[in-house]
Amino acid sequence: MATATTTRSLPVGLRGKASPAFWGMALLIVNEASFFAYLLFSYFYLAAVAHGAWPPGGRPELKLAIPNTVILLVSSGTMWWAESGVRKGRMGRLKLGLLITFVLGVIFLAIQGVEYASKPFGLRADAYSSLFYTITGFHGAHVAVGLLMNLVVQVWVWRGLVTPTRRQAVTNIAWYWHFVDVVWLAVFTTLYLSPYFGLR
Amino acid sequence: MATTAAELPLDERLSRIWETRPGLLGALSSVDHKTIGKRYLVTAFVFLILGGVEALVMRVQLAHGALGILSPEEYDQLFTMHGVTMLFLYASPILSGFSNYLWPLMLGSRDMAYPRMNALSYWVFLLSGIFLYSSFLVGHAPDGGWFAYAPLTEELFSPGVDLDFYALGLTFLGISTTVGAVNFIVTLARTRAPGMSLNRLPIFMYGTLTVSVSILFAMPPLTVACIFLFFDRQFGTHFYQAAFGGSPMLWQHLFWIFGHPWVYIVVLPAMGMVSDIIPTFCRRPLVGYTFVALATVSTGLLGFGVWVHHMFATGLPTMTLSFFSAASTIITIPSAVAVFAWLATIWYGRPWFTASFLFMAGFVVLFVIGGVSGVMTAAVPFDWQLTDSYFVVAHLHYVLAGINVFPVIGGIYYWFPKMSGRMLSERLGKWNFWTMFVGLNVLFFPMHILGMLGMPRRVYTYPVGLGWDTWNLVETIGAFLFAVGVLLFIINVAWSRAFGDRAGVNPWNAPSLEWSIPSPPPVYNVAVIPTVASRHPLWEPELIGEQKSRIHEGPTLTDGRETMATTTLDAQPLAVLRMPGDSYWPLLLALSLAAFFYGALLGWWWLIGVGAAATFVSITGWLWPEPPAEEA
Repeated sequence: MATATTTRSLPVGLRGKASPAFWGMALLIVNEASFFAYLLFSYFYLAAVAHGAWPPGGRPELKLAIPNTVILLVSSGTMWWAESGVRKGRMGRLKLGLLITFVLGVIFLAIQGVEYASKPFGLRADAYSSLFYTITGFHGAHVAVGLLMNLVVQVWVWRGLVTPTRRQAVTNIAWYWHFVDVVWLAVFTTLYLSPYFGLR
Repeated sequence: MATTAAELPLDERLSRIWETRPGLLGALSSVDHKTIGKRYLVTAFVFLILGGVEALVMRVQLAHGALGILSPEEYDQLFTMHGVTMLFLYASPILSGFSNYLWPLMLGSRDMAYPRMNALSYWVFLLSGIFLYSSFLVGHAPDGGWFAYAPLTEELFSPGVDLDFYALGLTFLGISTTVGAVNFIVTLARTRAPGMSLNRLPIFMYGTLTVSVSILFAMPPLTVACIFLFFDRQFGTHFYQAAFGGSPMLWQHLFWIFGHPWVYIVVLPAMGMVSDIIPTFCRRPLVGYTFVALATVSTGLLGFGVWVHHMFATGLPTMTLSFFSAASTIITIPSAVAVFAWLATIWYGRPWFTASFLFMAGFVVLFVIGGVSGVMTAAVPFDWQLTDSYFVVAHLHYVLAGINVFPVIGGIYYWFPKMSGRMLSERLGKWNFWTMFVGLNVLFFPMHILGMLGMPRRVYTYPVGLGWDTWNLVETIGAFLFAVGVLLFIINVAWSRAFGDRAGVNPWNAPSLEWSIPSPPPVYNVAVIPTVASRHPLWEPELIGEQKSRIHEGPTLTDGRETMATTTLDAQPLAVLRMPGDSYWPLLLALSLAAFFYGALLGWWWLIGVGAAATFVSITGWLWPEPPAEEA
C-alpha cells in the first residue's frame, strides 16, 4: 500500500524534548512550581498584614541553612554530571553520579532535621512558625520524593533497564531534581534572606 | 497453518489490537478514551441529579416563610453539598467527559496522549466523589458553604469531621483535575492528525485547552488553602487565626484566586461546544473563528485577574477595589465577542431548529442575562448593596446553569447519535428544552427581585410577611418544572438508546472529523490516520469545491497500539507513537490515594502509611520499564 511508505520513514516512539514523557514531567513541574508560588504568596501576605515584629522571634539563623543550600546546589551539579554521563554512554559515571546525588539529598534532609530540632519554636507557636514548618516541610517532602525517584532509577540502571538510548527516565528525574533545587532557592530567599533585606 | 494476522481484514486486525477484554476485570483495566469519557459523563450526571435533589429539598423548605421541614443544620449541609457537588463533581467532570470522548475522534487519532493517566483521572474523580459523599453516611456533611470561609470553618467553630471531608476531598479531587489537564494539553500538542494545524481546531478544543492550562495554575491555590485549613483543624497551626498572626483573609484570597478561574474552567469548554454546534445547524462556518478562539484564550487569562470582586465587601483599600472592578468589567469584552459571533452566525446562516440548536440558542439568551447581572455586580457600590443576597444567587445560577447545563444537554443531543448510534427523539427533545428553559427562568429570575428586596442567601427560612413568600413559591414551582425537564431528558436517553432511529455516520451533516467514522465508533476510532487540509474537513466539497483532506486513506498503523505523533504548531508528522494497553495500575493508584486520604480523615497514621506505601508501589509498578529489545 502507498500508505505504508509514508509511515516507514517515521521513527517509532519519541525521545527527548518532543516525547510525551518529557512533556508530562515539564507540566508536573509547572504545576508544582505554581503550588510553591502560592505557599510563598501566603508567607508574604501574612508578613505584610502582621502587627508585631516579623519574624516574631527575630531573623532566622543562617549557619545551617547556607551550607545546606550549597549542598543542594552541588547535588544539582552531580545530577547533571550523571545525566551527561548516560548521554555519552558512560554508565559507570551515571551510577556514581546518581549515588552521590542521593547521598547529598539525604544529608540535606538530615541537616534540615537538625535545624528543626534547634528551632526555639514548634509548629503551633504562631502563624509564622506554621508557615516556616509547612513550607520547608513541603519542600523536604519534594526532596524525599526526588530521592525515591533516584533510588528507583538506580535500580533500573543496575538491572540494565536504562541504556544510553533509553534514558528518558534519567532525564526526567534530573529535571525534577533541578526543579526541587530551584524551588529551594526561592524558599531560602523568602524564609531566610528576606528578613535581612528589610522585607517583612 | 491458520490464517496469520496479516491476512485478516484491516478492521479485524485493528479490533484485535485495541479491544478491552470482556468482563468486569476488563472493565476495571480499560484505558479506552471512549469508555472513560462515557463513565465521566454518566458519573457527573449522577452527581447533577444528587445536587439537583438537594436543591429541590431546599426549595421545598423555602416555598413559604417559617417552614420547618429542615433544621438549620440540615439546611447548611444541603446548600454546601449542593454547591460542592455542582461545581466540583458535576460541572467540570461532565466537560472532561465530553473532551475525553470526543478529542481523539476530532483529532483523527486512536487515543489520548496518556491513556493510563486518563483512567487514573476518572478513578480519582469517582473515589473523591464517593469520599465527599460518604460524609452523609456519618451524618456530618460539610456545612460551611462551598467556599468555606475561615474562621467559621476552623475547628473552634466547626468541630467534627464535616470540614475535614471538604478540605481533604477537594485536595483529592484536585489530583484528578490536574492529571486530566496535563493529558489534554499533551494530547492536543502531540496527537493531532497530520495537517490539523492550530488554526484548524474546533473551538471546543480551544476551550478545553485554555481551561487545562488554567487548571495548572488555578488548582494549586485551592490545594494550598485546603491543606492550611486541614492543618489548622488537625495539627494546631494558625494560618487563618488572627489572634496568632494568621488571617482569615488569606483563605479568601487563596480560595478566589482559584475560584474565579474555576468559573471559567466550568464554562469555556461548554461555550466552545456552542461555537461548534451553532455553525452545524446554521449550515455555515462560524463567523469570526479567529476572534472567538482568541476570546476564549483571553478570557482564561483575564480570569486570573478578577478574583477580588468576590471580596468587595471585606474592607480592602479603594485602590484595590477599583482595579478589580475595572478588570471585571473588561472581561466582558471577550464574552461579548463570542456572543456577537454566535448571533452573526445565526443571522447569516439558515438555522435548522433541532432540539440541540434550541439548547444552544437558549444558552445565548441565558448567557446574556447572566452576563448583564455580572456586569452589574462588577460595580463596587452595586455589589455592596447586593452581596450575599439572592441577587448573587440569581446571577451565579444563570451563569452556571445557563452556560454549563444548557450546552451540556444540547451537546448530548448533538453527540448522542455518535456515541450510541441512535438519534434522541426530537419531539421529546423540544418538550425537554422548553420545560427546562421556562423552568430555569421561573426558578432564577425572581431571585433578582428577592435580592433587591433584601433576602439574604443561605438562610434556612425567613419570617412570613416580608413580601418574600409569593416569589419564593414561584421559584419552587420553577424548580420542579426544571426538574421535570431534566426527567424528560433522562426518559429520552433511556428510550432512544433502545428504540431511537439509527443515526448513520453523519446525521447532522457536520464538518468535523468525529462525523467521518461509524456511529458508534469502532474501538480503534479511525481505520486510517486522516490528513486534514482545512478547518472543515467534511464540508470541503461545499466550501472549496473539492475534497482536499484525505479522510479514508492514510497510514493504518497496525503493528500494535499505535497512533501518529505530529508537531505542536503545524501538525507535521513526527513519529509513530506506541500507546500503552489496558492496565490495573491506574485503579490501584487511585485506591492507594483513597486509603491515604481516608487515613488522614480518620487520623489513622497506619492507614496513611499504608496508602503512601501503596502509592509508591503503584507508581513504580506502573512506570517499570520493559526489558530493552535485543541490542536496539
